Amino acid sequence: MANPLSTLGKYTLNVLSEIGNVSIFAATGVRHCFLPTFYWREILRQIMIVGFYSLPIVGLTAIFAGMVLALQTYVGFTRFNAEGAVASVVVISITRELGPVFAGLMVAGRVSSSIAAEIGSMKVSEQIDALLTLQVNPFKFLVVPRIIAGVLMVPFLVLIADIIGVMGGFIVSTTLLDFSVGSYIAQTIQNMETIDVISGLVKASVFGFCVAVFGCYNGFYSNLGAKGVGDATTGAVVSSCIGILIFNYLLTALFFGI
Amino acid sequence: MTKIIFDNVFKSFDSGLRVLNNLSVRIEEGESHIILGQSGCGKSVFLKCLLGIMPIDSGDITVDGISVRDENCYQEYLRKFSILFQGNALFDSMTIKENVIFGANRRNKDRKLCNKIAEEKLLAVGLEERVFDLYPAEISGGMQKRAALARAIAVEPEILLFDEPTSGLDPITGGVICNLLKDTIKSLDVTTITITHDLRVAEFLADRVSLLNKGNIVWTGCISDMQKSGNEFAENFYHASNVISLNKKAKI
Repeated sequence: MANPLSTLGKYTLNVLSEIGNVSIFAATGVRHCFLPTFYWREILRQIMIVGFYSLPIVGLTAIFAGMVLALQTYVGFTRFNAEGAVASVVVISITRELGPVFAGLMVAGRVSSSIAAEIGSMKVSEQIDALLTLQVNPFKFLVVPRIIAGVLMVPFLVLIADIIGVMGGFIVSTTLLDFSVGSYIAQTIQNMETIDVISGLVKASVFGFCVAVFGCYNGFYSNLGAKGVGDATTGAVVSSCIGILIFNYLLTALFFGI
Repeated sequence: MTKIIFDNVFKSFDSGLRVLNNLSVRIEEGESHIILGQSGCGKSVFLKCLLGIMPIDSGDITVDGISVRDENCYQEYLRKFSILFQGNALFDSMTIKENVIFGANRRNKDRKLCNKIAEEKLLAVGLEERVFDLYPAEISGGMQKRAALARAIAVEPEILLFDEPTSGLDPITGGVICNLLKDTIKSLDVTTITITHDLRVAEFLADRVSLLNKGNIVWTGCISDMQKSGNEFAENFYHASNVISLNKKAKI
C-alpha cells in the first residue's frame, strides 16, 4: 500500500508544477501581447465571441441575481427594520461582487470551454502544426487574440451586467416591495461610489485574463483524441472558475484594504 | 545534388518507445521520394522531425547544408518547406480562399497579390469559384484535399511534403488526387517527399523509394527494383501490398 504522505507529496508537487507551467504560459502570452505581429481579424473574431455572444447569458444571470438579491435583502432586513437599505445593498453587492463574479463564471463556462475545445481540436487535426509550418507563431495567432478579447470584453460585459443587475433589483423593489421609484433611484445613486464600479471592472479584466489563459493552456496541452479534448474542456472550466474565485478574494482584499 | 540528409537520426518518445532508430537517408534535389512503410513504423514522425516540429534526440537533419538543430537559421530552414497534411489541417475558422491566402501570405505580404495567388492556385487544383467562400466543413474530403494542396503550393516551397495524400478518400477520388499531385510535382519542379503505406501511390509518384521499418530505412531504390531487391522485407512488403500477389502468403 502506498504511503499516504508520499501520495500527498506527489499530488502537491504535481499541483505546484502545474501552477508553474500555467504561470510560464501566461507570462509568455502577456509578452506576445506587446510584440508584433498582430492578427487583427482574429482579435476581432475573439472580441465577438467573448463579448457580443456572451451578452445574453451574462444579462440573464445579472437580472435574476439583482432580483433575488433585492428580495432576499428585503426579507432579511425587515427583521431589523432596515428594509430601506435594499437599494444600497443591491447596488454595492452587484457592482463590487455579484456582477464581476457571476459574469466571470458565466464567461468561464461558455468561453473557456469553447477555447479549450477549439484549440484542442486544432491540435488533434494538426492545424497547430500547420501554423508552425506556415511560420506563424501559434501563441500569436491563438493565445494573444483570446487574451486581448478576455481582458477587454469581460469588463464591458460586467458593466452591462452591473446595469442590468441594478435594474433587476429596481424592478422587484418598485413592483413587488412597494418602494417608490424616485427614492430607490436616489438611494442607489447616493450610495454608489466610483471605486465600487472601478474595482468590479478591474476584477473583470483579471477574470477575462484567467478565462483566456486557462482555456488556451488546457487546449494546448490536451491529450490527443476525443477524450483528451473533453478532459481539456472540463479542465478549462474548473481551473478558470477556481482562478476567478481566488483572484476575486485577493483583489477584494487589495481594493478594500482588508 | 543532395538536398536533404538524414544522418544517424534517433528519436524516442517520453514513454521510451524508440521511433526513429539510427535513420540515415539522402534525398536528391528535384526528386520525388517516397517513404513507404507500415502503419506505426515512424513515417509521420519522420516528417515532423524533418520539419523540426519534433526535436530529434541525436544525429542531424540538414537541408542545403542548414541543420534543423541550428536555431539561428531555423526560420530560413522552415521556409523551404510546405506540407499537405494527412487530415488536410485547413483552418476551420477561415474560408477555403482565406486558408490559401493565409498560406500565400508567408512569402508575400501584399494582400492583393496573395488574393490573386490564392485564386490562381485554387483554380489550378481544380476547385470552382463557388467553393472559394465556403468553410472547410462545408465541402467534401476530396475538395478539402485540393484546397490543402492549393495552400501548400501557394507558399512556393522548395520542398513539398505529402503525408498520406490519399488516406480517407475513395479509390476514384484518391486516383484523381494522385494525378493532381503528379501534375503538381511536374509543373513546380520541386523536391517532394511523400509518406504513404500505399504501394500504388508509390508506384505512381516515385522516382525513388525508401522503405521504413521499425524506425530505420531498410531499403532504398527504384520501385521497379523492389520486387527483386534481395531484401526480404522489401520483397514481402511488395507482395503483401500487391492485390494480385495476395495468394503468395506474404510474411509481413
